Order: sequence, then structure tokens, then C-alpha cells
Amino acid sequence: MFITKYIKDVYKGVRSLLVGMKRTLYYFTHHKEIITQQYPDNRDTLVLPERFKGEVVMPHNENNEHRCTGCQACELACPNGTIKVIFKNELTPEGKKKKAIDKLVYHLELCTMCNLCVEACPSDAIKMAQTFEHSVFDRNELTKILNNPGSKIMEGVE
Amino acid sequence: MWSFSNIANNLHKWLSETFNPTMTLIIEMVLAGVAVIGLFAALGLVLVIMERKVSAWMQIRLGPNRVGPKGMLQSLADTLKLLVKEGLTPNGADKLLFNLAPFVAMIVAMLLMAPIAFAKDFQLWDLNIGVLYVSAISSIMVISILMAGWASNNKYSLMGAMRSGAQIVSYELSAGLSILAVVVMTGSLQVSDIIYSQADGWWIFKGHIPMVIAFVTFIIAVTAETNRAPFDLAEAESELTAGFHTEYSGMKFALFFLAEYVNVFIVCAIGATLFLGGWMPFHIGNWTQFNHVMDYIPSSIWFFGKTFFLIFVIMWFRWTFPRLRIDQLLNLEWKYLLPISMINLLIVTAMAILKWHF
Repeated sequence: MFITKYIKDVYKGVRSLLVGMKRTLYYFTHHKEIITQQYPDNRDTLVLPERFKGEVVMPHNENNEHRCTGCQACELACPNGTIKVIFKNELTPEGKKKKAIDKLVYHLELCTMCNLCVEACPSDAIKMAQTFEHSVFDRNELTKILNNPGSKIMEGVE
Repeated sequence: MWSFSNIANNLHKWLSETFNPTMTLIIEMVLAGVAVIGLFAALGLVLVIMERKVSAWMQIRLGPNRVGPKGMLQSLADTLKLLVKEGLTPNGADKLLFNLAPFVAMIVAMLLMAPIAFAKDFQLWDLNIGVLYVSAISSIMVISILMAGWASNNKYSLMGAMRSGAQIVSYELSAGLSILAVVVMTGSLQVSDIIYSQADGWWIFKGHIPMVIAFVTFIIAVTAETNRAPFDLAEAESELTAGFHTEYSGMKFALFFLAEYVNVFIVCAIGATLFLGGWMPFHIGNWTQFNHVMDYIPSSIWFFGKTFFLIFVIMWFRWTFPRLRIDQLLNLEWKYLLPISMINLLIVTAMAILKWHF
């Protein structure tokens, strides 16, 4: 019937509004729920979420070895040409020529932190770091070489 | 005992002893004007920081916390910024109307201050049709908004102004009907009569459920009348940039901003006067001790406490509910609020005739 539907509508509307008001009143009175990070005041104690993406880095172990095989999957996956792989030829102990990376150039100024290169990498050589204070005075400093000088590929990574 | 009415009476006595009657009247008018302007400035500063803090805490944010202790001087800094900004008048605008509109808004807000009782026997003008005066003058507010929207020569402004017109015209009805509920109970339109009739209990308690319904309708209607969210279609940042004040800058914008907050204060003061007993302390039947303790709290604190509570409720609405669409807005008024408040008024009238209230 029309009138019962009308009253039901009014009741439902008021009820749902009151539910919303209860929630905001809870937040208003419980200041411990506040999620604002007072950066840079809390720089020392700042905790970033686990999946925060700051820049691409290449982890090295204590022997200055990385896991990059130079397969170029990251270069192909990157939508805006942020990564360039430059090769050199290396001699294996058996005297064979082997292709290896000379430099993995990473243009931070072009990167959109989309994470596609990390997902494309078959050997987990690169990952996203949590550093985010990237401002510099010279933009050349934003072009980074990810592998350390003199670094080698890790044993057993093909 | 120290009170606002004593100060006013002593001042009046001293002035009439020193000057002739005409001079006394002129000086008192100037003093009242200065007091109202001072109250406006204070209200603007307090309500803006209150709004920002309330909104921040409701949205799990911190809000302004840099300027002054706990950010309490933020609105002062903002005012200073607005004062030094250029008050630009666009080339295609109607110069006269464009510059007049903010002042009309302010003058309407000033006129509305007249019949409000701030403390016991402390009122600028206790005219015998106080409530009617308030609802009549507050409708003029829409003229300033239409003026601003039309004179800006901007499609967003005009659209915002037209929406605001439709909104105020429709919500004025249910606001008027819920005010009438109190007037029917009291039998008077005079503000002081309405307050004195609540000496033995506020209308919201004395009038049973119909009065509570009238109160809720009143609060919804005045939220719409002051163009605040969830009824802020006149400004609607996401659709109309800023609605009727898109083209305004500097102090002219600040006047609109101030007028909005002063209007919120005024409608809340009216709501507190009609339903929550104005400056009347909270009394419970025969608890003489309790009532005596309540009487010791000054009447001005009661008035401002109730008013600020209602302002908080309106801010609470603003930061909880999403904005209504124009058809939803008009549906709410014409299909729900108006029939409900009409039936409610009928019940209240029956109650008043049969003396069912306390």
C-alpha cells in the first residue's frame, strides 16, 4: 500500500542517516583513529605501508653480485622508456664469450612507479624501494645506474 | 549580579543623564551597530576554525595545527590573507550589482540579529512579530545570491544562483510550518514571550513527539536555507566550481563566506530560542536543588551553549551526508517534509486546543 511504503521509506532513510552520523561521531570523539602522518616532523619514526613504491633499485649481495641476466624484459615492459639496458661481453672461465649487462640505466624522472618492470623480471633482479625524497637540484642526478660499478652476476642465475 | 542587561541599563542611564534623548538614541544605535559588527567578526573567526576542526576530526584528519596554539589562529591568518587580496571585478560583469551583492548578504545577516535574545532581557529590538520578522528577512538572503549569480555573467554562477532560489523558496515552507508549531503553542510571535513560556520546560520536552518532529524538520529546513551541505547545490564545488561566488575574490568573497556562517549562527539561535528555551536554564520539574544550581549558570552561557550545540549538529550533517541531486532535494521537501510538517502542525494545534502539553 502507498502509505505503508511511504512510512517505511521515511523510517529507512532516517535510520541510514543516523547510522552515518553515529560513525562520524565515533571518529569525532576518538582521536586515536586519526591517520594523518605529520611528515617531516615524524621523519625518524615514519612507517610506510608495505606496498609503497618509491623507486626501482637492484639489490646486491655482500660480494657485489646482482641477479640481472640482461634479458631486457624490464626494458620491454616499461611503458615510457624509463629503463635502458647496456651490454658488454664477458669471458667465462671456459673462454666463451657471454653477454652481460654493463649498465642498467634507470631514468627516475620518467618513472611512474607502475611496477610493471618488477613484475616482468624473471630473475627477481630489481625491486621497488621505499625511499621517496627524490628532489635534487640537477636533473642529471635523476638518471641512475642501478648496478654497482664492478658488479657481477650471481652464481647460478641464468 | 553581573549580567548583560545590567550593563545595558547602566549604559542607557548614564547616556540619558549626559545627553539629550535624540543624541542618546543615535549613540545607542551606533553602539549597537558596532557591537553587531564586532560579534560578526568574532563569529566568523570562531565558526571557521570550529568548522575546520570538526570536519577534520570527523574525517580522521588533524585539521589546522600550525598557526598559533593548536592551530587556533588559522582563521585569523586566513582573514589577513583575504584582506590583502585584490577584489577583482570581471570585465563582463554588471559592476553595480556585482559589488552590491556581498553587502546585501551582510545587511540581511545584520538585520536578522535584531530580534535575537542573547541573554536575559538583552535584546536589540523585542518587536511583537519577532519570529515573523526573522522568517521574512531571511528570505531576502536569496536576493543577494541571485544578484551575485546574475551579475557575474558566468554560467556556473547563474546556475548556482537559480538552484539556490528554487531551494530556498521550497524549504522556506517547512521551516515556516515548524516555526508555526511553536507559535501555536505559545500564542505569540514575540521572541521574549516565547522564551518566557518555556520557563517550566523547553518546548521540545513539553510538546511531546510532534514538537520533536517539528524540531527535526526545522533543522533540516534551515540547513537547506543556509545552503550548506548536504544541500549545498548553490555552491556544489564538484559541478559548478563554486556556484554563485565563482567570480568573487578577496574581501568580497570573504563577506559571502562570513554571511554564510553568520546565517548559520542566526538560524541556530532561532532554533535554540524556539525549541530549546533560548537563555532559559535547564529545569527538571520539582528538583529545587538541581534547578537552583542551573540558575547560577549565566543566561548568556545557556544561550550560546545551545546555539553552538545546534551549530555543531549542522556541521555534523555537513561532514556526514553526501550532496543531494536537485530532483532529490525537491522530492525531499515537497513529498516528505511538507506533508509531514503540515500533519504535524495539525496535531500540534489539536494539542494546544486540548491542552495536552505540560
